Amino acid sequence: MQFALGPVLYYWSAQKMRDFYTQVAASPAQVVYLGETVCPKRREWRLPDYLAVAHELREAGKTVVLSTMTLLESPADLRELRRHCDNGEFTVEANDIGAVGLLHEQGLPFVAGPAINCYNPRTLKKLATLGMQRWVMPVELSRDWLAELLDQPEVQDIRSAFEVEVFAFGHLPLAWSARCFTARSENRPKDQCGLCCIDYPDGKAVHNQEGQRLFTLNGIQTQSGSRYNLINELPSMAGLVDCVRLSPQAEGTFDWLARFHANSGGECPVALEPNDSNGYWLKLAGIEQVETA
Amino acid sequence: MELLCPAGSKPALKAALKHGADAIYVGLKGETNARHFAGLNLNDQGLAEAAAEVHRQGRRLHVAINTFAHPGHWKRWQEAVDHAVRAGADVLIIADIAVLDYAHQRYPEVELHLSVQASATNVAAIDFYQQQFGVSRVVLPRVLSMPQVSALARSVSVELEVFAFGSLCIMAEGRCYLSSYMTGESPNNAGACSPAKFVRWEEKPNGQLESRLNGILIDRFEKDENAGYPTLCKGRFESGGERYHVLEEPTSLNTLALLPQLHQEGIKAVKIEGRQRSPAYVAQVTQVWRAALDRVLADPHNYQVAEAWNTQLAGLSEGSQTTLGAYHRRWR
Repeated sequence: MQFALGPVLYYWSAQKMRDFYTQVAASPAQVVYLGETVCPKRREWRLPDYLAVAHELREAGKTVVLSTMTLLESPADLRELRRHCDNGEFTVEANDIGAVGLLHEQGLPFVAGPAINCYNPRTLKKLATLGMQRWVMPVELSRDWLAELLDQPEVQDIRSAFEVEVFAFGHLPLAWSARCFTARSENRPKDQCGLCCIDYPDGKAVHNQEGQRLFTLNGIQTQSGSRYNLINELPSMAGLVDCVRLSPQAEGTFDWLARFHANSGGECPVALEPNDSNGYWLKLAGIEQVETA
Repeated sequence: MELLCPAGSKPALKAALKHGADAIYVGLKGETNARHFAGLNLNDQGLAEAAAEVHRQGRRLHVAINTFAHPGHWKRWQEAVDHAVRAGADVLIIADIAVLDYAHQRYPEVELHLSVQASATNVAAIDFYQQQFGVSRVVLPRVLSMPQVSALARSVSVELEVFAFGSLCIMAEGRCYLSSYMTGESPNNAGACSPAKFVRWEEKPNGQLESRLNGILIDRFEKDENAGYPTLCKGRFESGGERYHVLEEPTSLNTLALLPQLHQEGIKAVKIEGRQRSPAYVAQVTQVWRAALDRVLADPHNYQVAEAWNTQLAGLSEGSQTTLGAYHRRWR
């Protein structure tokens, strides 16, 4: 089982990004996703910065993947997507079907990101035919759904052609909008957002009127309020999942990476924290937590 | 530019026909469409009757098969396509790549429209669906601004359809898992958002009314407040010490004011949301939009939104409020 670090979903300063990826180079993560997937206005790091660190990480023995924007709205967004697809060196994670189209046209392999709607064996097979090398399962799907999907004859024939990756740690990306909710929360119009996301390196918490944490605002992306944490589910992934994704958090990412590593076969289970969830994997509402340690 | 109206039942279909819909969209019973609500939608025979009635009046019938097929239950989606074609559907509205692929291979003569649930917001995505599955029309998600709609209209060869009126999804459709996060069921995996079976209302001793979804508090209403359905993105929550509609107010989309621009950009159809709505609702909304569309088609330069239209639509809207949504810069 491999461990991957997903793209940084938040808006971090250039310095915080540099520090983070210095640690990544020395970490046991085998696969590293690099790129801005949420908002085209976030420009602390641009493609050349990502490519520079991509080279360093490759030198350090990591498999590097360039992640692309999820919600592409303007011609400028599309030009930026093309620049990613044309990088000439690194595999690209397609987070919109438009990226799948561009990469397929060029005969390039790709990773299908978690925001690509692939729910069944026929869709999976079609994506594999188009060049998909690794499939990141949509976050709302369960272990049962995955097992049933991989068990269908359409997939069994081609199972060796792609890897399966599961988002297993971090606040879950749940929705994308034209509206910027972080700017809205500060009474700013999106046009004059002041790049205020940079003030929330872990997103901005949303609670209901009873104080229950529901969501996390991250610009145009809405995340789960809970931190998804499948650390104790790693044994249940055996034979199904090739790669386990941890989504970078502002603090503690590498400690958790070490814990995940240590518990690959279930040797070192960890008690979940009150704000952890694992419902989706267990075929429940995503927000739920079932104690599994 | 055609007026495309919703029908969740035969009476709603009749209302839409009577009041001037050019085309009507329906769904089959079961989980194959994104309005999988109890008591809604048509069975196979109802669909055949609907198609016959619609064709008798010279209009067109679109059938939404726009959820994502479950592994191990492929037959349900395949049969939905087969039944719709056999019943005489003019158009299939599809989101799932698997279903598109099947319909395109098996029935190359049937017109395919890309559902809004497929979240195609850009030229590259639209080109992909056109090249791979021959879709002839794309329904645009409600996340694009009017200039972005215009830019798309000028760069693609497929027809474009936009949402014109009705409930406002604030997230890119097909890319929102908030409902399954709270309930386990989402539009993508179960064909419904914030499903009614998880809704609970409770009146408190102080007169407040609480709305909950799967036990989770969505909002509290004072006695004199209009209590809306607990669609989870429209609740009052707290962030940064403020209590407000963190994601969106309960409001409806109304684009009457944009009709001349949409017409000028060659948008092929304006779509009214609401297969879950009553026949009376469908009748009134269709009536207003028919009048508006006739006005813009006759004389686009002198088109003005009649006050009476807005008043009538506001009365049918969530919280009696309407918005231009993402089409307008300030909403964002």
